[in-house]
Amino acid sequence: MEPWVYPSIALKQEDFEEGRIRTTRTPLRGEYAWDAGVAVGRFLAELKAGRLVGRRCRVCRRVMVPPRMFCEQCFRPTDTWVLLQDTGTVLTFSVCTVAWDMRRLEVPEVPAVIAIDGASPGMGILHKLGEVGQTNDEILDRVHIGLRVQAVWKPPHQREGAITDILYFRPV
Amino acid sequence: MAGRRVAIVGAGMTKFVRRALETGPELAWEAASKALESCEMTLDQIDAVVLGSAPDAFDGVHMKVEYLSPGAGAWGKPTIRGFVGGGTGVFAAIQGWYHIASGMFDTVLVVCEEKMSSCHPHPQAAFNYIFDPTTERPLGPNLLWIFALEMNAYMTKYGLTKRDIALVAVKNKRNAAGHPAAQLADPDITVEDVLNSEVLAWPVQRLDVSPTSDGAAAIVMAAEHVARRVTNKPVWVEGVGWSLDTQYWTNRDLSYPTYVEEAARKAYAMAGIREPRKEIHIVEPYDPFDYKELHHLEGLLLADRGKAAELVVLGTANRDGDMPVTPSGGLLGVGNPISAAGLMKVAELFWQLRGEAGSRQVPGQPKRGLAQAWGDLMQVGTVIIVGI
Repeated sequence: MEPWVYPSIALKQEDFEEGRIRTTRTPLRGEYAWDAGVAVGRFLAELKAGRLVGRRCRVCRRVMVPPRMFCEQCFRPTDTWVLLQDTGTVLTFSVCTVAWDMRRLEVPEVPAVIAIDGASPGMGILHKLGEVGQTNDEILDRVHIGLRVQAVWKPPHQREGAITDILYFRPV
Repeated sequence: MAGRRVAIVGAGMTKFVRRALETGPELAWEAASKALESCEMTLDQIDAVVLGSAPDAFDGVHMKVEYLSPGAGAWGKPTIRGFVGGGTGVFAAIQGWYHIASGMFDTVLVVCEEKMSSCHPHPQAAFNYIFDPTTERPLGPNLLWIFALEMNAYMTKYGLTKRDIALVAVKNKRNAAGHPAAQLADPDITVEDVLNSEVLAWPVQRLDVSPTSDGAAAIVMAAEHVARRVTNKPVWVEGVGWSLDTQYWTNRDLSYPTYVEEAARKAYAMAGIREPRKEIHIVEPYDPFDYKELHHLEGLLLADRGKAAELVVLGTANRDGDMPVTPSGGLLGVGNPISAAGLMKVAELFWQLRGEAGSRQVPGQPKRGLAQAWGDLMQVGTVIIVGI
């Protein structure tokens, strides 16, 4: 198959340093205003009030979070709002030491999928864990799949109706 | 088998590199022209073009298929773009298949291109926009998160060690040593190298991850009556399948890729395969991360759940093992220009089954291979089975 690989030209750092390559740089600036929608709009309003809510489908009997106005499995409208607890179980987590542009972070972030109490089993949301240590080793010592956690909320006057109204989840 | 018989009759590709001098359309042309040359066909013998490319945001060009089309031979031809994220490379071959199987066209040129290096300071920026704008993006997620979360769920459920998983990276980077297009081949890499590499998002370390790449790949597909005129070694499409899981990824069991199983079952049924572990001779599962190869082997029903690592540990998955897995070197070794990497896997099967894979040749005259890709928000499986 070797004849069928084109001898494409790989660029090296020196090519740029020595000015051999012409590159045009333009920023693509886009600004968007995303509407939260019907289901998540209510979800955010409830976060502002310090509550987590889900939506129940009475056909498959799932209590879903994040909530949706339609059940994607039964393909019908969901039926009722359900008040959930602000506690849950870590389904999985990571200890992330880089930002999206691969810069090192001084204190690692601990993203996790957290199954929320009151929703159907396995119904998780993405959030972060806190109060679990400052280094990889400390965090891996304290956090494990199955860990029980509780939301740490912003003070009421600082809440704005956003997923970040929960600062993080901490072990209980 | 649904529709008319369809064969792959030619394949070509560019080198996979971190940053190429060529533009996207130039890379597309390099791969497309090599694929045509490989089967001694010219563009006027091509009825339609299928173009695969992942997010427009990499190139910073919208309507990317139109942008790439001159280099992909699409001038004046019916052209379609397939896009299912990382699953695109195999999906494009499936689209090529149904264009011909339907009876609409006799010949199709399938071209997949990705130039990730244009996106600065890092192509990961493009991936920040896959997350839900309201419930996830304010948390500042990056692409590594979802892989790390999935890898941890998979490892923990089955009690796998990082060492077991790292062996996949070692195997694939070594396999790539014989690949003339490879970006990250390393014949001397050891499992310690992987385990000692920088931790990015535990449990993911630097050498668990495929690189970002520029590159393109192309295949020529033809209906039976054309294929038999073009070559005496057509590689037939025997089965295809694809499936999409829910967008609510935090509601899924991340330890098992159900959508890959659904895609595989469709492909096996179409190919008449009842015992895939005996009937598939070469596997090219999608390996953007080392654990993904294992995850996918289980979804493909080629290993029991939690047991795919044993295939690598015991050498079954080696090039000379009973079920060679990723003899190309895969995304970990050859490189990962997203859609082009998936189509590279289909091209590898084409070369392997024709006995043209050179130093990468799987011994024992393999007759049937499976390629699989995966993508979107960890939710799509695309599978193709080809044989001679």
